[in-house]
Amino acid sequence: MPIKSYILHPLKGQKELLISDLKGFTECEVIPAQNHEVVILVTDTSSEIADTNLFNKLNELKNLKHMSLVSGFEDK
Amino acid sequence: MAQKKIDRRSFVKKMAAAAAMTAAATMFPGIVFASEQEQGIPSGNLDWKKGPCRFCGVGCGILVGVDNGKAVAVKGDPNSSVNKGLLCVKGYHQTMCIQAKDRLEYALVKKNGKYVKTPLSEALDLVASKMKSTIEAHGKDSVAMYTSGQSTIPEGYVASKLMKGAIGTNNLDCNARLCMASAVAGFLTTFGADEPMGCYEDIDYADYFITWGNNMAEMHPVLFSRMLEQKNNRGAKIIDFATRTTRSSMASNKSILFEPQTDLAVANAICYEIINNGWMNKKFVDEHTNFLKGKTNIGYGLEDNFKFKDKATKISFEDFKVFLEDYTPEKVAKYSKVSVKDIKYLAAIYGDPNKKVVSYWCMGMNQHTRGTWMNNLVYNIHLLTGKISEPGNGPFSLTGQPSACGTAREVGTFTHKLPKGVVMNEKHRKLAAKIWKVPYENIPSKPTYHATEMFRAVDRGDIKFIWTQVTNPLVSLPKTSRYRPAMEKESCFVVVSDVFPTPTSDVADVILPAKWHIEKGGLYGNSERRTQYWQTMVEGPGETEADAWMTIEVAKRMGYGDLFPYTKEGHVEEIYNEYRQFHEGKKHGMAPLEVLEKESGAIWPFVDGKSTQWRFNAAHDPACDNGKDFHFYGKPDGKAVIWQRPFEPAPEVPDGEYPFWLNTGRVIEHWHTGSMTRRIPVLHKAMPQAYVEFHPEDAKEMGIRNGENVKVVSRRGSCVLPASINERGLPTRGQVFVPFFDENMMINDVTIDAFCPISKEPDYKKCAVKIEKV
Repeated sequence: MPIKSYILHPLKGQKELLISDLKGFTECEVIPAQNHEVVILVTDTSSEIADTNLFNKLNELKNLKHMSLVSGFEDK
Repeated sequence: MAQKKIDRRSFVKKMAAAAAMTAAATMFPGIVFASEQEQGIPSGNLDWKKGPCRFCGVGCGILVGVDNGKAVAVKGDPNSSVNKGLLCVKGYHQTMCIQAKDRLEYALVKKNGKYVKTPLSEALDLVASKMKSTIEAHGKDSVAMYTSGQSTIPEGYVASKLMKGAIGTNNLDCNARLCMASAVAGFLTTFGADEPMGCYEDIDYADYFITWGNNMAEMHPVLFSRMLEQKNNRGAKIIDFATRTTRSSMASNKSILFEPQTDLAVANAICYEIINNGWMNKKFVDEHTNFLKGKTNIGYGLEDNFKFKDKATKISFEDFKVFLEDYTPEKVAKYSKVSVKDIKYLAAIYGDPNKKVVSYWCMGMNQHTRGTWMNNLVYNIHLLTGKISEPGNGPFSLTGQPSACGTAREVGTFTHKLPKGVVMNEKHRKLAAKIWKVPYENIPSKPTYHATEMFRAVDRGDIKFIWTQVTNPLVSLPKTSRYRPAMEKESCFVVVSDVFPTPTSDVADVILPAKWHIEKGGLYGNSERRTQYWQTMVEGPGETEADAWMTIEVAKRMGYGDLFPYTKEGHVEEIYNEYRQFHEGKKHGMAPLEVLEKESGAIWPFVDGKSTQWRFNAAHDPACDNGKDFHFYGKPDGKAVIWQRPFEPAPEVPDGEYPFWLNTGRVIEHWHTGSMTRRIPVLHKAMPQAYVEFHPEDAKEMGIRNGENVKVVSRRGSCVLPASINERGLPTRGQVFVPFFDENMMINDVTIDAFCPISKEPDYKKCAVKIEKV
């Protein structure tokens, strides 16, 4: 049951749209920065496969410029 | 039970969020995540215990959350003036390594080529008997200890007492020789007193930060974030002067690149400009400095048993001016690849009397075959302008390890050092003998082996017993292609104390299972002279033991029990109280334990209940007693030295056969040789292996694609790594960069074991290599 956190960089001016996209995923918790074009994302999935699937879907978001993994926990 | 599971999951999610917010804070200083950041991590039922971070020399204060005897969370200590609650990605995840599956929990003794699990007591018997029998057969100088800037103050202290006081050999050196020795030699030759005069609070006052060969965004990220905050809030400027474009360069106001080794010439050119433009602070220079020159063409230490002794000769200011005529910006620009305009720009910053400037450096200047000279030259700039020892003005040498200052430099775990002073000084030997309660004659007056020479002596068969603690030399030494086979020789009995298996423990005859940082109490001393104390937070697994206590147990077994009368439960505190006697007085007084228990450290000199933030400045430092505004009391006449130091080339420069400079270094995700951070899953995943960085045009010319394996070859060895193009960093054309954290890609098989003849610190930043496609 992986829990991971990422720093997300939206495309210029697209931060609010990216946040809106992310809120469509039930496995995602979104923490937007107030004063930077940066979003923290925490993912909570049921298995490694679900985690990989979510990762792939996130990478397809059109308002996302780049995402970098910060931490990962395997909570059993 | 279900409720507990939910609570735990929710807690882990908050931890993950906090880790990401912390990492973002190091990249975007001042970033705000509203209520989430303010709330931080829920305290729950955790017992939060205070201590310093295990990793770099910044010395961030941490709080470790302990639940049922396990460390389950780490957060920045908001009461620490160093980091004010911030931590970098390594700091945040540090305790995750201690549960690694391959943790060394029991002693291992090699028998018939195989490691056999052995009771610790029996393993310590063997270490003591082997050390004793080696001394009896081959003399005191046939045994050696090699310790660390990550050893705690008590660990370093008992190692020094055992080797120098009890056994009577100066065969003790440490891995800080590989990172800080040039800084020490620079401080001693210029000021007669080691360690920076300023403190981190300088960041709040400086108008300019000039970083000399120093990628602070990755190596000292919390300090860099404090600098960026000043840049954003009040317009302070960061100038990055380096040989490679890094994350620090990209976040700075200006990046200036120079040809490796020519920092010596550029520093002299800055001095030339300061004097030539009338920017010198004549009153300060007349009152507080002397001019000296040393020997030139001093060699590189490439041969075994290399000897060098500098000789200082007094010169006049006029002599110094004549010397600088060789370093006009126009002349220096030709070989440094720094434009005349940029040299003048740097000089004008230092020369402006209305701007406060702090210079920062670390490995770029120290790991340099003229490292002592480079340190002297940056001090020259600050002394000529009088920008020193006051809030926002000063040269500041950063340390790489958490107690390179506190242990290696202050306790003195170098061959030439004692807890106060040096072995060559009779007065210092007498003080050590008195406090250690040993005959004065026990302490030899001549230094023996510095780090590189110590492992050469192992190779030659001169050292027949070596005990390493808290360090991994067979990954971190230069030219490991020589020293790995040396340590494998039957002629030397190798004892390795460590927390995890490493390439060094792979060649050991005895492996001692060490406790990690928070599993024992201790003290560290950081870059700003801050001593920090912590108590045991969690128990270590199996038969793990504190290195200090293992040293004491061996000393007792060798018959020195009366010199080591410490108790197991209280040895950290008992040793510190004994050690404090060495530094009594206004120039280096250490804070008492009762202060360190309450505070997130205290800066020495600690006088009349107060830390001294700016040494040598009469307004801040009670030790100044010459009646003037500044007093460089490390020197007998109270004056600092402006040294005449020329440019001299590196020992090995690119040529037709080996056309590239090789530069090595670190990355933010990993701590040194990676033995801890590669066992932290999140850090390992973020940076799973080393790589070789190319300039894109060099890569294109050679037809090398990103990720393609290539071989880096020098006259000493080779290493195969994937190519990295336009990723983390950008070397200049004709240069490649490789991080050294990966034991599976041993770049130090390729590096050269040339060193600064004064400090004996090796140069990991410059040697010649060629690239082969594989």
